[in-house]
Formats: sequence, C-alpha cells, structure tokens
Amino acid sequence: MIKLDNVVATYTTQRGHVNAVDGVDLEIPDSMILGIAGESGCGKSTLMKVIYGDTGFPLDLSAGSVNYGFDNDRGQPVTSKNIQKEWFKRISYIPQSSMSSLNPVVRIRHQFTDYPATSKNKAETLEQVRTFIQKLGLPPEAIDAYPHQLSGGMRQRIMVAMATFQQPEIILADEPTTALDVVVQKDILMLLMELQKEMKNTIIFVSHDMGVHYQLTDRMMIMYAAKAVEYADTADIFREPLHPYTLMLTNSLPTIGDDRARAGLPGSPPSLWEPPVGCRFAPRCPLATDLCRTVEPQLAQHRPGRFSACHYAESVPQLKETIGHAPRLSDVAKDPAKLFADVESALKLDEALELATKVEEPAR
Amino acid sequence: MRTILKTEGLNKDYQLGGFPRNVTIKALDNINITVESDEPVIISVVGESGSGKTTLAKVILRLVQPSSGAVTVADHLVAGKRARPDKTEFLRTVQPIFQNPFEAFSRYRTVDAYLYETATRVAQLGRDRAIAAMEEALSVVGLEYKDVRGKYPNQFSGGELQRASVARALIPHPSLIIADEPVSMIDASRRLIIINLFLALKQEYKTSLVYITHDLATAYYISDYTVVMNHGTVVEFGEAKQVLQNPRHEYTRLLLDSIPSLDHKWTEEIAIDASRN
Amino acid sequence: MRQSVALPRGVQFKPRVGAPSRRRRPKLNARLYVGLSIIAIFILSSFLLPLLNSVDPAEQGTYLKNLPISGRHLLGTTALGQDIFWFLVTAIRNSLLLGVGVSLGVTVISTFLGLSAGFIGGWYERIVVIFIDTFITIPVLPILIVVGALVRGNTSFAIVGVILICFGWAWNARTIRSMALSLREREFVNMARFSGASTMDIIYREIFPYVYAYMVVGFINTILFAINTEAALAVIGLSKVQVPTLGSIIFWALNYNALMIGQTAWIIAPIAASVVLFLGLFLTSTGYNQLFAERRGVA
Repeated sequence: MIKLDNVVATYTTQRGHVNAVDGVDLEIPDSMILGIAGESGCGKSTLMKVIYGDTGFPLDLSAGSVNYGFDNDRGQPVTSKNIQKEWFKRISYIPQSSMSSLNPVVRIRHQFTDYPATSKNKAETLEQVRTFIQKLGLPPEAIDAYPHQLSGGMRQRIMVAMATFQQPEIILADEPTTALDVVVQKDILMLLMELQKEMKNTIIFVSHDMGVHYQLTDRMMIMYAAKAVEYADTADIFREPLHPYTLMLTNSLPTIGDDRARAGLPGSPPSLWEPPVGCRFAPRCPLATDLCRTVEPQLAQHRPGRFSACHYAESVPQLKETIGHAPRLSDVAKDPAKLFADVESALKLDEALELATKVEEPAR
Repeated sequence: MRTILKTEGLNKDYQLGGFPRNVTIKALDNINITVESDEPVIISVVGESGSGKTTLAKVILRLVQPSSGAVTVADHLVAGKRARPDKTEFLRTVQPIFQNPFEAFSRYRTVDAYLYETATRVAQLGRDRAIAAMEEALSVVGLEYKDVRGKYPNQFSGGELQRASVARALIPHPSLIIADEPVSMIDASRRLIIINLFLALKQEYKTSLVYITHDLATAYYISDYTVVMNHGTVVEFGEAKQVLQNPRHEYTRLLLDSIPSLDHKWTEEIAIDASRN
Repeated sequence: MRQSVALPRGVQFKPRVGAPSRRRRPKLNARLYVGLSIIAIFILSSFLLPLLNSVDPAEQGTYLKNLPISGRHLLGTTALGQDIFWFLVTAIRNSLLLGVGVSLGVTVISTFLGLSAGFIGGWYERIVVIFIDTFITIPVLPILIVVGALVRGNTSFAIVGVILICFGWAWNARTIRSMALSLREREFVNMARFSGASTMDIIYREIFPYVYAYMVVGFINTILFAINTEAALAVIGLSKVQVPTLGSIIFWALNYNALMIGQTAWIIAPIAASVVLFLGLFLTSTGYNQLFAERRGVA
C-alpha cells in the first residue's frame, strides 16, 4: 500500500515558489493499475516525479511524505528519502519519449547493464534480458541494435522491458503511449496489462486520454489545479462520477456511434501562482455556489471506496442525467448560433443547480 | 455541383539516401478523391503517422510540389503540372490551420500582426475595413480584438492561440480550410470547443474544411466524408458515418478496433475470443 | 447577418491576465556594463579629445625626440618627435573607425547573402555557397601579407579596409545561411506566406529577428577581427604605417627599439590600449550573447 500523506511539491523559480501538487492525501492499494488523469498543468507529472523520488532542485517535496509500504534490504521502511536506492529494483519508471531516454550512440544492451544491480554480471544479465524481451514480442537481437534502428513501438517496448526486468513492485508510467500510433498503443497497453497480471505489482499510469484509462486502469485519480478532486474505481468514474469536473471531462469526448451534441470545457484552470480561495474548479463549475467560492472542499469518501472533493458530490449524478439528454448534433448543427445555446439549455443547468442546493440544505 | 476537392492520380515520391543506394519513398500513391457538393462539407482525412495525410495537405496548400497528378479546389486547378494559380486568388480560396499553435506564430511578432496582414494583403481591405474584418473574425471564435491586440504568442494559452489561428484563416472567406491536426496539441477536454467551432463555420461562413487527424472519434463527430489513408494510399473513402461505423477495408477495421473506446473493454474481447476457441 | 457564436456561460475568456509584457527593457548584466563602459570611454576619448589638440600628431619633428613622461607630454615623445599620447589617441580613433567600417561592410554583405541564400535556395543558393566556401578557404593572413608586400605602403587606408571586408564576410555568411535554412522550415513562415507576405517580407519580418542576436555579436567580433588584423599587418609594416593606428605605433616603436632607448611608454601604451580595447569588445560580445540567451530563456 502506497500512502501519499498530504504531499505538497513545490517548484522554486525566479518568480517565487509555486505548489505544483498542493496536498494530495490518499492510499493506493497493492496489485492494481492506478490511472492519474487531468489537464496539462494539473500536477500529475509532478506527482509522478515525487512518487518516484526524482526530486532535486528546483522541485522539492516541501510537505507531507510518501510511504511505500515495503522495507529495504536493511529492514528499514522505504520513504521518499531512500527510495532512490531502489530505482529499477523495486520501483521503476517508463518515460514518455523513448527516443530521448535511450542513449543514441550506444547499443541498447549497454543500458541494461548500466546500473549497479546488473553491471556485476553482464553476460548473465544479458542472457536473461534476451529471454525476457521475447515475452514482450521483441526478437532477442533487439538489444544489440542502436536505438534509431528500431521503430517507435519497439523502442517503447524496450523501455517497458527495462522497467519490468527486475520485477519491481511499483512501475510508474508517464504518458508512455502518447507519442505512438493508435495500433501500436493498443499493443503496448495490452502488454502492460499482461505483465501486471503476471507480476501482481502496482502500475501508476498517467495519461490525458480518458479512453486509455478506461481500458487499462482499475482505479483512477482525477487531478485539477494541483489537487486530487476524485478518486474511485474506474468503472464508477465513468458510470457515475461524483465530481463535476470528472463529469465534464468524460462528457467532452465524442465517441463513434454517438450522435449527441457535446460541449467542451470552456475557460482554463486557475493560475497556480494565485490559486482561488475555496474550490479551485468553482470559476468553471456549473454547480458553483457561494459556499464553493469560499470553502475549499476536502477529498471525502461519499460512497464506499469513492472519494470526491466537492460540496455537491451527491448532485453530480443528476447533472449527468440532464447532460445525457443533449440534443442530437444534426439537429443543432443547422443553426450554429444556437448550437451552444441549445446544448446549454439542454443541460438545464439552472434546474440542476436548484435541485442541487435543495438536496444539500436539509442534509446540513 | 461545385467541386469542393478533387485529386487526380496524385503522386509524391521522395528520394532518400545518396547514390548508389537510394530508396524511393512513395509518400502519396495514386490518390484519387472527388468531393462535389453545392453545400459546404467537412472532409476528414484519417490515418496514422506516415500515412501521407500531412503530405496531402502540403500538396493542396502548394507547399510541396506533387511528382504527378493534379488537385482542384473550388473549381480552380491548384496543383499539378499545368497549375499556375494567381497567388492572391489562391490565398483567398485555400487557407491553412496548423497543428502547433505556438509554432505557427513567430515569437517576435504580435499575433494580430498576422491577422492584419491577411486582411490587408489577402482580403485586400483598407485599414478601417481590415480592422472591422479582424474584429468580426475574432468574435466568431470567441475572442475580442482588444484582448488580442499587441500581445505576443507566449501570452496566450494553446487553445486561445489556435482560435486566433482559425480567425486568421477566416478573414479572406476562403472556400476551403485545410486543418492539419488542429486539436492534437490541445488538452482533450478543450478540443471540442474548436471542433464545435468548425461545425459552426461550415454554416456561418460556408467554408468547407479538410480535417486531418488521427482521432477517429472527432472525425466521426463532425465529418460528412472520410478518407482513410495508409502508407500513402487511400484505403477507404465515403460518407463518414458509413466508413466509421461499417468499415469495409481491413485496415479501417484495425484502426477502429485499436481506439481505446469507452463502450467495451479490450479484455472482454480477449475473453470472448478465448471462450470461442 | 453574421452573428457571433455564443459560447457557454461560466466562461472566463480573457487571455491569461498577468502574463508579462514581452517588451520589458532587458537587464544588462555585469559583463555588458563593463564592456560597454570600456568601449564608451574609448570612443568618447578618441573622438572628443583630439578636438582639444590643434597639432597633427603624425607630423614628425614637432617636439624634441625621446622626451620622458612629463606634464606636457603625458606619455613622452617618440624617436620621431611625436607626442605619444596624442598619437595614441588618434591611433585609437583610426583603429576604431576602421574596425567599425569594416564591420558594417562585413555585416551587411554577410547578412544579405546568407539570408537570401538560405531562404531562397535553388540555383541561387548553390552559386552563393560556392562563392562563400571559396572565400572561407582562402587563408587571410598569408594573402594579406603577399598583397601588402606587393603594395608596400603605397595603398590608401581605405583599400586596407576594403581588403579586410573581402576576407571577413565569408564565415558569418555561412552561419547565417544555415540559420536561415532551418528557419525556413518553421511553421510561422508558412503562416506568413498565407497571410500574403512576399519573400522579402518574410526574410525581413519573420527570419531576421531570429538572426538579429547573432548579427549583433558577429558585428562586435568583426570589429575585433578588423582591428586585430590591421594591427598585425601594421606591425609587420605592410599597412599604411604613416597613418596612426594601434598597429602602426607598435611598428614604429619596434623599429626604433623603444625598449632599448628607454621609451617604454611608446611600446607599452599601445599594447595596453589594445588589450583593454579588445577586452571591452570581448566582454560586450559575450555580454550580449548572454543577454540574448537570457531573453530566450536558455541561459
């Protein structure tokens, strides 16, 4: 069980300090795939860096801690301070761009024998690697090639091989398939799922693609403006989200076969230099009230295993109802001036808001 | 019926490597697409990287010369051996929207400088009418001139910059806009703003759009016609809803299968296949 | 009637407020301060001071020979009866004039040829590149020595400048050409094209700003190159040594064995002046480099 205990990660720049992750507090169970989703700038990559232990100036874990749930060789519990020694042994990292992570002037096999755990017995290690990569669909000679001689998909498989070779307990993957074509992406994702089932470890997967999360992950964490706004099983996140941001995120994706009109999420996340008082999503939220604008909601468990940081989490399912009744695109497209207005009225946001405040008041 | 877009036997070969071991890469291999309509249409060109869709865009935009074949846009011959369109006439017929909004503007120039230049040189308006045209185009995309004026590209977000890019392309009221992956650099949650905008433009400005993308879902959402490309050839072409829901070609089916959909899980597919065997 | 498309409520659409304006004045760094100060002192003193002196410092026999440092002769006099101080001041002025003149010529030619070749391409580029490469491979100093020997002081000072321009433009042109080549592929160039810009517009408004930083640094380095090479020639006696320049002072001082006869100021002063001037130019050049890098956010 990985425990993130009020993690605050700060960047120090010329302009001052900014918290790229501002108080994330949750527990990640073992043996599953966790997805972290959110817009760019929400802090997901920074959180990954912190979990990996890759903090060095200007990034700093300024408050809180990360507990990994296992002990190191000397019997001491592993925390953010000594996790670096476990890199590639018990925790590893798959980066986004394989081309910038593989040394272009050496053969790939050198990268496998490059760290202390393996450099002692190079020949033996390489034999094991050759056998291992065949499981990943690569020919054993692949490690004798230079990076540029392999295709993008093959290179990314090499990165996966490097990250999983020593069977680590935690694998962090930061958008590993974003730069790949969709057919190759599917292969790599299926590969990751297979490996996880076999090794029974934890994979933390960052992506902005909600479809990928739906396919790959067991549980998901949605981040917005350096905060965790929802944390639940993937099935629940898509079926019945309990945070308006999650709902609008999942609803802004067209799918083939679905003819309903959809609306993108207008506006942008608040500047982290001056985060707003109260809920950070309030400026863009259709359910926002004065309460939201003054009191920041905490990540609370609204249903078993389902956490949401919203004062009106219970009303979100109703919002989803009304969004589901959006008109068909072909009906609104003819009159574009009404395209947005119609969708908006179809959302009947005023009504939803009324309903929401009515529901919450007696509860308090 | 007007010819919105027609390519005839379009080929583009690239020579790689030097003498004697040079290799010919066929970036475009005998592309024949005809779209005729009286109403404006949105044509999506989908495919993976290396499929040739960007090369096709560049040929239509006259940024690259085809090795053979011809392209007609709005009844004008724009590419091919005998094509010598008048420069200003061409710029008023075809306009681009590029993938990376931050690359599309020079760091050293203000964003409105490009809009003003388009208004005065391509649309050939005098100063006052040019500013009016800019204001109108910007308001269509949801931006105000006073917010855009005098600002440099690094003062905008990706989405805003891309909308400014769209506004610029609209100023000369072109018949066809070529958008090469216009939303791939924008956050998934905000893409639909621009996609919906394209739909609105089709009606408001009577502008047809060639929408190049690898994202089949948004292609399905707005297109009338879809061209599926693979390794430089057109593997399937037809009405968008047909092609993307009832694909005939194996490659289209493969593409559709590989999209991480929100309907069914891949793991279920495997289970079904396993239980069948 | 065109209506604007109304966008959903709850929308904040202002472009990011608080994003800093690009055109804030650049903060000069320490190097630049020191370098520019040195150059400013040299320029001001070498152009303004001679106004206080009515005597032609190059004329021989004006004063008594080999006088030591005194209140009247701040650095003493030469073996030819010239006041060293005023000679030096005029020399600095002439060297600077030559340096700046050559640098202007070199910068204009190299920028024009480099940008046009890189951007326009085709056969025009091929011809220009052959031209550039030829000039690069010609070794400058040996040719100048040969030319100097043939001409042996019978040329005018201006011709020396022209020769320096001829041999100085090639390197910069080459670099600028490769910058233009890569800039040509950038998307904003296409954007400019579709905004109706002509080729000249694009070269000037799109590509030039990116080349500007290199040009400024190149300009200063060429001043260094010009003064340096002229001094080298003069010391050997192949420039027009009657004209006071930093090099020619050293030439005369060496010729008359200044150290031996005790007129150390005669040889030390120009050397010291050269070193300080070059230091100033160098600091300015690297200071600008750093400034531009900081502006780009790379430093």
